[in-house]
Amino acid sequence: MNAQPSRRPLLALKGVTQTYRLARQSLFAARPILTVLDGIDFDVGPGEAVGLVGESGSGKTTLTRMLTGVERPQRGEVSFDGEDVWTMDAAERARFRRAVQVVLQNPRSSLDPRMRIGTSLLEPLRSLGVRGDHAARVHQVLDQVGLSRTALERFPHEFSGGQLQRIAIARALMPNPRVLIADEPVSALDVSIQAQVINLMQDLVHDLGLSLVFIAHDLSVVAYTTSRVSVMSAGRIVEVGRPLDLFTAPRAEATQSLVGAVLRVETGLAGHALD
Amino acid sequence: MSAPANALEVRDLVVTNGEVAAVRGVSFTIPAGGRMGLVGESGSGKSMTALALMGLLPMGWGAQGSVLHDGVDLVTQSDRALSSRRGRTLSMVFQDPLSSLNPVRRVGDQIAWVIRRHTGVDRREAERQTLDLVRQMKLPRPEQIVRAYPHEISGGQRQRIMIAMALACYPQLIIADEPTTALDVTVQKQVLRLLNAAVKERNSALLMITHDLPIIAAMCDSVAVMYAGRIVEMGPVGEVFRTPRHHYTRGLLESQPTMDNIALDGSSRLVSIPGMVPPLHDLPAGCAFHPRCPAASERCRSAMPELDGRGRAAACWHPAAAAVEAAP
Repeated sequence: MNAQPSRRPLLALKGVTQTYRLARQSLFAARPILTVLDGIDFDVGPGEAVGLVGESGSGKTTLTRMLTGVERPQRGEVSFDGEDVWTMDAAERARFRRAVQVVLQNPRSSLDPRMRIGTSLLEPLRSLGVRGDHAARVHQVLDQVGLSRTALERFPHEFSGGQLQRIAIARALMPNPRVLIADEPVSALDVSIQAQVINLMQDLVHDLGLSLVFIAHDLSVVAYTTSRVSVMSAGRIVEVGRPLDLFTAPRAEATQSLVGAVLRVETGLAGHALD
Repeated sequence: MSAPANALEVRDLVVTNGEVAAVRGVSFTIPAGGRMGLVGESGSGKSMTALALMGLLPMGWGAQGSVLHDGVDLVTQSDRALSSRRGRTLSMVFQDPLSSLNPVRRVGDQIAWVIRRHTGVDRREAERQTLDLVRQMKLPRPEQIVRAYPHEISGGQRQRIMIAMALACYPQLIIADEPTTALDVTVQKQVLRLLNAAVKERNSALLMITHDLPIIAAMCDSVAVMYAGRIVEMGPVGEVFRTPRHHYTRGLLESQPTMDNIALDGSSRLVSIPGMVPPLHDLPAGCAFHPRCPAASERCRSAMPELDGRGRAAACWHPAAAAVEAAP
């Protein structure tokens, strides 16, 4: 982390700490406390694409819950457009909820199997209480993610994983968000489809001026879409940098271990991928 | 025990449920001690191929063709005969170790049971061998691990237990179906390294099934690429990956994220294969890949190309990189 550019973050965590009490291990012992997030500073600027990588258990998903305001941190501040998310008034809170949308890892479990795609797409607006005729908006988001309008009448089981992930992205776009948070959006997809979805997210950032938080365990996947990546380990952010710098000169142990874990076809063929 | 020249010879394997075929005529050979990779995306038929080899097809699905292994045709073997082979002459490591282990038995007992069943050694000897195997898998505190239940150990440790179990009886062939896909990236490499060393030491053959090309490059000496139930390209892994002939293989290789050509501002584009894998009940005529292929012609739409050649083969009317050799 060197020179901080003078920009105002759109969505930011400042000193966020979250602990969970675990189950009692014996009758008389105190319940052990697990620190999941330990003084996290994290932000994304308007139109910026940032990455977050770390092993499972490092706290990535809890951090997502902080960014989306579904869980309140014990210490620290979550702010959107300069306002504390947990003290803002109802109108601002509603604006925040529209502005920050999420795409999850497994689209099959995040879409209701009994709901036609057209209905699923309207769901965010309905639950946010946005009235009106949204047909034009539905068609617009379908175009943005590259799906045809015939999708609207169909059910999730009629689609492949890659198409479903496009639908999940379309649904997230419906309320016209300013920040998209994608939690492992391609790790359940086939290789040839992964590339399509990564490129799509890049287009969305570019064409719609969206801010993107791309969360993954694979540094090389994140590198394609983002200009700044934070590495998490045991509830802390241990390194922040440009993807290429993290790859070529990882400093933190966690970064080194993530970089070292990446297998490549070339090193495999050369016979030393597993050294 | 005389060692046959080939660990596995698959000829014209078809796997069907009567309505659709998940595997549509697949042939390949793995020499004794050889390591072959089977690559494909979901719906390619790679996992159904593996299940057919093990005699573990889901209800309603059947296999045709022949699968020669250890002097018998596995396709015609009875369930009972197959069951006595699984774990002995051929064994399998599945993707999800949690659902492949018995949750109410200690992991050590599960390994020991495999050893006792297939080798008839007594309990004490089986326990000794189990502890040995667990040590080879570089698991910490092996004496405690063998007494643990599956839920008490981590995913990476469970997968090492599965590998130990698969290797326990020195099988001629190990089939590993996405063995590290469910594991954390940092654990993946350790598990692959162990599998690699253990297979080598026993001189077992390996059939590695995965969608992950770098894993194949690291572990295998030959590779078969599957698409829509057929092998579309096959050969030594270096040749296939360095000069792919089928446009599908080429697309898969190009869509790998690498750090070689990454831009600093997050604007690098990944090459992607347009479209998606066709559903089994609605395969395109001719070459099943033609709707997604940049080189498709009229011929590709009507006639299905056969996999030609033995060592290095591609099922394509317009193979890429074929200019070096004689064009058809």
